Amino acid sequence: MSSAPPVATPRREFLDGCRDELPILLGVAPFGMIYGLLALRAGLDPFTSQAMSSVVFAGSAQFISAQLIRDGAPAAVLIMTVFVVNLRHALYSASMAAHLKHLGIRWKGLLAYLLTDEAYAVMAARCTRDAGLAEPSPHRHWYFFGAGVTLWGSWQLSTAAGIFLGAQVPDRWSLDFTLALTFIALVFPALKDRAAAAAAVAAGVLSVAALGLPYKLGLVLAAVAGVAVGLGVEARRS
Amino acid sequence: MSWLPALALAGLVTFATRLSFIALLGRVQVPPLLTRALRFVPAAVLSAIIFPELVVQRGAVDLSAGNPRLLAGLLAALVALRTRSVGLTIGSGMLALWALQALLAG
Repeated sequence: MSSAPPVATPRREFLDGCRDELPILLGVAPFGMIYGLLALRAGLDPFTSQAMSSVVFAGSAQFISAQLIRDGAPAAVLIMTVFVVNLRHALYSASMAAHLKHLGIRWKGLLAYLLTDEAYAVMAARCTRDAGLAEPSPHRHWYFFGAGVTLWGSWQLSTAAGIFLGAQVPDRWSLDFTLALTFIALVFPALKDRAAAAAAVAAGVLSVAALGLPYKLGLVLAAVAGVAVGLGVEARRS
Repeated sequence: MSWLPALALAGLVTFATRLSFIALLGRVQVPPLLTRALRFVPAAVLSAIIFPELVVQRGAVDLSAGNPRLLAGLLAALVALRTRSVGLTIGSGMLALWALQALLAG
């Protein structure tokens, strides 16, 4: 290396982050619109439907919440279910922690709020690209912020569009099925070993078997049991 | 009943999960068992959501060929395995569902 590249300004980093998040919006925008539709169908008013997108700000958890609200589940079950569905974000938190440790608590809080699946994907890719550098850019957190806030804006706008269009989409389009399809797209390619497959099958079968349970507790119990089965299979094979 | 207080708590729980290790780094070691367990969370949670969507029709388990969501979901799973594309999986699954619904209705 002859000379170090010039240090990117915060503005440059921010815009790069926004730009790198853009391709992901293609998949996120329809998802946000469908969430808006389903939230209205579940009986939430437009304000609450929109508020969930900024307060919870997690696509799959919001879809499940809409379902639970439609089915009349108690509030405690809704909160517990959101917790379990979003537990995977603890993984992202662990993965980003080392890259954010020099920041103050305000930056940490802001970036944690923006740490969705789709923003994490872009942030983690940047960290992987930087792995060869002796010293990553001092303003890299602006890149993370750009990626996160771009996703946030598109999620709010697409939710609003879904709420706006909500009344005009007929039931027979079965748009609620896109939820299952999106998760199928995420799960199947990720079942890389027998333990993960066992966790998925056990959780799936149990959630069907547990449908009769009161308060819609089946999802939480099935997910916990699935994780236990995955750990058990992994332990036996190693 | 307003769902806002429950949703605010759900949001707080989500934020706390996302902040957890970012805030604690250096002060707390992640227990190895937790790291291993977290790896299975996405597959377990998402499958627990998917299965009932595919096999339960009008409140009852339906594993027959007359269940369009089951067939469309299986096709989508094959597409997902082959292409690893979210767009193609959703597109093929929805087209299959509409075609099967039209067939079964006609």
